[in-house]
Amino acid sequence: MNLLATTPAALLAQDGTVAGSAAASGAIQETGSWLLIALPLLGAALLLLGGRRTNRWGHWLGVLTPWASFALAAALLVSLAGYPEGERSRTLHLFGWMPAGQFRLDAGLLIDPLSVAFAVLVTFVGALIHVYAVAYMAADRDRRRFFAYLNFFVASMLLLVLADSYLLMYVGWEGVGLASYLLIGFWNHNPDYAAAAKKAFVVNRVGDAGLTVAMMMMFATFGTVSFAGVFAAAGSAGEGVLTAIGLMLLLGACGKSAQFPLQSWLGDAMAGPTPVSALIHAATMVTAGVYLVVRSGPIFEAAPTAQLVVVAVGAITLLFGAIVGCAKDDIKKVLAASTMSQIGYMMLAAGLGPVGYAFAILHLLTHGFFKAGMFLGAGSVMHGMGDSVELRSYGGLNAVMKVTWVTFACGWLAIIGFPGFSGFWSKDRIIEAAFSADGGQGWQPWVFGGAALLGAGLTAFYMSRLFFMTFHGTRRWPEDAHPHEAPRLMTIPMVVLALGSVGLGAALGPTGLFTDWMSPLAGEHAEEHPVLPAWAVTTLTLLLVVAGAVLAHRRYAASEVPAVAPTGTALTRAARRDLYQDAVNEAALMRPGQYLTRLLVFVDNRGVDGVVRGLAALVGGLGGRLKYWNTGYVRSYAASVLVGVLAVSGGMLLFRI
Amino acid sequence: MDLPWLTGIGALPLLGALAVRALPASRSRAVALLSSLVTLGAVVALVVRFDTTRAGDYQFEERYSWIPSFGISYALGVDGVGLTMIVLSAVLVPLCVLAAWREVEGARARNYLALILVLETFMVGVFAARDVFLFYVLFEAMLIPVYFLIGVYGGPHRRYAAVKFLIYSLLGGLVMLVAVIALYVEGPGGSGGFLTSRLTGLTFGSEVTERLLFFGFFFAFAVKAPMWPVHTWLPDAAAEAPPSVAVLLVGVLDKVGTFGMLTLCLPLFPDATKWAAPGIAVLAVVSVLYGALLAIGQSDLMRLIAYTSISHFGFIVLGIFALTSTSTTGSVLYMVNHGLSTAALFLVAGMLMARRGSQRIEDYGGVQRGTPLLAGAFLLAGLATLALPGMSTFVSEILVLVGTFPRYPAAAVAATVGVVLAALYILLTYQRMCTGPVREHTSGWRDMSFREAVIVAPLIAALVGLGVYPKPVLDVVVPGTDRARTQVQTWDPQPEVPAPQQPGGSR
Repeated sequence: MNLLATTPAALLAQDGTVAGSAAASGAIQETGSWLLIALPLLGAALLLLGGRRTNRWGHWLGVLTPWASFALAAALLVSLAGYPEGERSRTLHLFGWMPAGQFRLDAGLLIDPLSVAFAVLVTFVGALIHVYAVAYMAADRDRRRFFAYLNFFVASMLLLVLADSYLLMYVGWEGVGLASYLLIGFWNHNPDYAAAAKKAFVVNRVGDAGLTVAMMMMFATFGTVSFAGVFAAAGSAGEGVLTAIGLMLLLGACGKSAQFPLQSWLGDAMAGPTPVSALIHAATMVTAGVYLVVRSGPIFEAAPTAQLVVVAVGAITLLFGAIVGCAKDDIKKVLAASTMSQIGYMMLAAGLGPVGYAFAILHLLTHGFFKAGMFLGAGSVMHGMGDSVELRSYGGLNAVMKVTWVTFACGWLAIIGFPGFSGFWSKDRIIEAAFSADGGQGWQPWVFGGAALLGAGLTAFYMSRLFFMTFHGTRRWPEDAHPHEAPRLMTIPMVVLALGSVGLGAALGPTGLFTDWMSPLAGEHAEEHPVLPAWAVTTLTLLLVVAGAVLAHRRYAASEVPAVAPTGTALTRAARRDLYQDAVNEAALMRPGQYLTRLLVFVDNRGVDGVVRGLAALVGGLGGRLKYWNTGYVRSYAASVLVGVLAVSGGMLLFRI
Repeated sequence: MDLPWLTGIGALPLLGALAVRALPASRSRAVALLSSLVTLGAVVALVVRFDTTRAGDYQFEERYSWIPSFGISYALGVDGVGLTMIVLSAVLVPLCVLAAWREVEGARARNYLALILVLETFMVGVFAARDVFLFYVLFEAMLIPVYFLIGVYGGPHRRYAAVKFLIYSLLGGLVMLVAVIALYVEGPGGSGGFLTSRLTGLTFGSEVTERLLFFGFFFAFAVKAPMWPVHTWLPDAAAEAPPSVAVLLVGVLDKVGTFGMLTLCLPLFPDATKWAAPGIAVLAVVSVLYGALLAIGQSDLMRLIAYTSISHFGFIVLGIFALTSTSTTGSVLYMVNHGLSTAALFLVAGMLMARRGSQRIEDYGGVQRGTPLLAGAFLLAGLATLALPGMSTFVSEILVLVGTFPRYPAAAVAATVGVVLAALYILLTYQRMCTGPVREHTSGWRDMSFREAVIVAPLIAALVGLGVYPKPVLDVVVPGTDRARTQVQTWDPQPEVPAPQQPGGSR
């Protein structure tokens, strides 16, 4: 099927009307935007179907497709920027997808500032990580399959952000879930990794069920699940139904973005190879929940209760992740907890409404760079330390891994919000915005602002702890360790991401570039009324950040780090066990589920079957002959049935005649 | 006069079966495969000749008086729905013949393959029957080949399973027969008194009569489909049947149940349908959840797949009796997709079982490491079963759910739990069988052979292809589904705040 041929520029519509000549200039990029998704998908298909003969060059094909998609995304960005601000929302109709009775849905792409910002992030960071993975996975016998899955992920993620309806988005949404499942379990000969993969998928499915219910409610309320249709009608719907839809969407967002209470899978997901953790479980897929909430702005803005729950979920998760991050001794699990916490910030901002959208997405972009950079750094450290992830077996690596050290330092300074670095420009604004929650009145600004502020201090502590335990202090290496710098293919992507960690925030934030870009989505919003002035928030934040970093330096760089973790306080022990999230899930869901299943299996074998058998026997007056069932003398029963049938039918016919 | 297309297509596999019996056993496989492929070719020709602009009308109609004294006719005809089911049968039979290549050895294969072909004849007939009595006869006749296929060629408890299958089916059939005859009595009678077209739109003597007749038909279909609580024959039958027979049993034969609900229960008994629909929706949701939970608890691979099917039949029945244009369309599509996905799952399971010689899940482990293609096919079939978006099963499942919600919100939301459980029963099974370290009994296997690839590839291609572009099938089934549904005179609930029409973009 040639999609290009069926999607001439004439079908290109913006804001529901067919675009006129104004569209002509950028039409090539837009009509071809489906290639953005198709190229990596093709890459995945070729690599999977090509078999062993593609082993030798398959990974390079895998690297090529995300770069090609990046080029297309960049062209799309330029083309979109060429339109006047009001016309930067364009729809590309692809094909009639589900014409099923009352439910009629076409497949199409929505190209607007939000989706294009995402597409650029996904393809650029994705392409860099593909390059890194060529070296990182060099020794793996299944490297080709790895690249196939990674390509499949990029395609699904692009479909997720570019889709023009909830249902098509859902295809990408579960597609990235599948990619995540396959990649977490990439080394599934380890039973723990296989279990982690399944856990991630099943927990995500719980969230996805929320998304399904949200779509059912949309169809019942609006008669459609397309973005354009739902958003156009959302204003006229009742607040009750919008709140319900919003909460169900949030459930989906919580699953995908590892937000409370569906956060339990992300830590285990670190079982995947580190490039996967960088791309999927840090930079892109896990932020899809934030995308969903921002995209669904018209619903949430009309449902304040749902918005409040979004903010609360964000605040709880940002503290949850930060607390867990302080206690973990596994470098990837600290980073995972940190990801959860940072997405909590984004979620909080997204829940604040139009005030927060631009900052949520800006933080999402800067986080994509610095967190991916740090994950790649962690991979480099593991590469040098014989795959060990134990912070307590590192120490003093700055001397032997200079590039890793410097690039990681950039990410570290960015995430703690060191003035001038990327995170400073995005996270600081979220904290400020939190202090103006609910119009700057009542308890909300203090509670949510306070949580965001406290989180900043905790972030500084645990990230500094990780940084110092890895690169500074005494060398606690095992005897057989020979740490060394990673090869160029790995360090170059790290350097590029580090540059982003340093400069991206400054380029987009204070210049106003990004808020302008996002203004069509954010729309006009009321003046902010923070309960604390901006300078006070910034000062307080910086004080807490310095305090956290200094404390971490004293405990983990200036003094000896014990090789075995001390017992610690009750809170530390709880944080090490992820605040007992698995124990709670097990007691509340898994155990009762297992008992129910066992009971039902028993009942089905004895009960239902028995009752039906008994009834049949009773009805047929054949109770005594039940044993025939097992011995196979069916004829007597069949004969009696036949006699019965003949008697009844004969009787009826006679009656008639 | 037009050629009797449907009779011809029905006769082809029967001729094949005779040829298989007549020729030496060494040729059985080739002849059976050839015959099923010729049938498939004829069905393709039928599809080409089918007028899709009138997909809601019955086409290729044939009608002869059969037993004039009782008004019984031999009447055939298909609309888009029946055509789709015939295509499904014709696609699956050659794959099953290929799969049976090694299931049964030597001379025993001859009768086995002949029985499969005979079964195909009955399947084509039952989906094309336009006379209620003829439908009943074929409905019951299907039991005979299946009884022997399970009872002779099945596993260690084959006789028990085959008898149980027969008893349940006969019981259902008996109740239906009474209803069939009573319906004739209620109808216009005379010559052609059993024609479906003449029995549609009857005014019944009393409400109770219509409800009793409805129950007679529905009971037989619920046993066949099967629904909770009359489902217990299916796990036994599927566990004992050879995989290719399980495919035809669950993939096609059981669909006669849901097909009958849609094409007979709805048009013949519209008022009773409306009256019974809420109760049936409850039973359907119970089936969805019960089947899924039971699947999680199984230790036998074939029983597990059988229970997943009970869960899926729950979705199909729910969609039919939610009686909205979206949900019933979703159900018909679900029948096709479930046939494809279950076939893939049963057949790949059969390939694994042929290597390991066991149906017990715990006897496997680490299959992915040694035989990645086989494990990959198993995973894909599993993903289709859990209705992963991008696979055709997703399209039908979402249509059923989205279509049911406006009518029965609680039922739709409860059924969504089944979607979550599906992820659990599939991925848990994959985890137990295919991941982990390679074990002694699962090492040194040969990965997928060419023959096996030929079996799996078309199924996967269809599942993915119809997932991305389901429109061709939807366009064919929607009109027929609408006709069946509008007999009941139900209208779609209207959205509270309809979205404005969006010219150009998607709606």
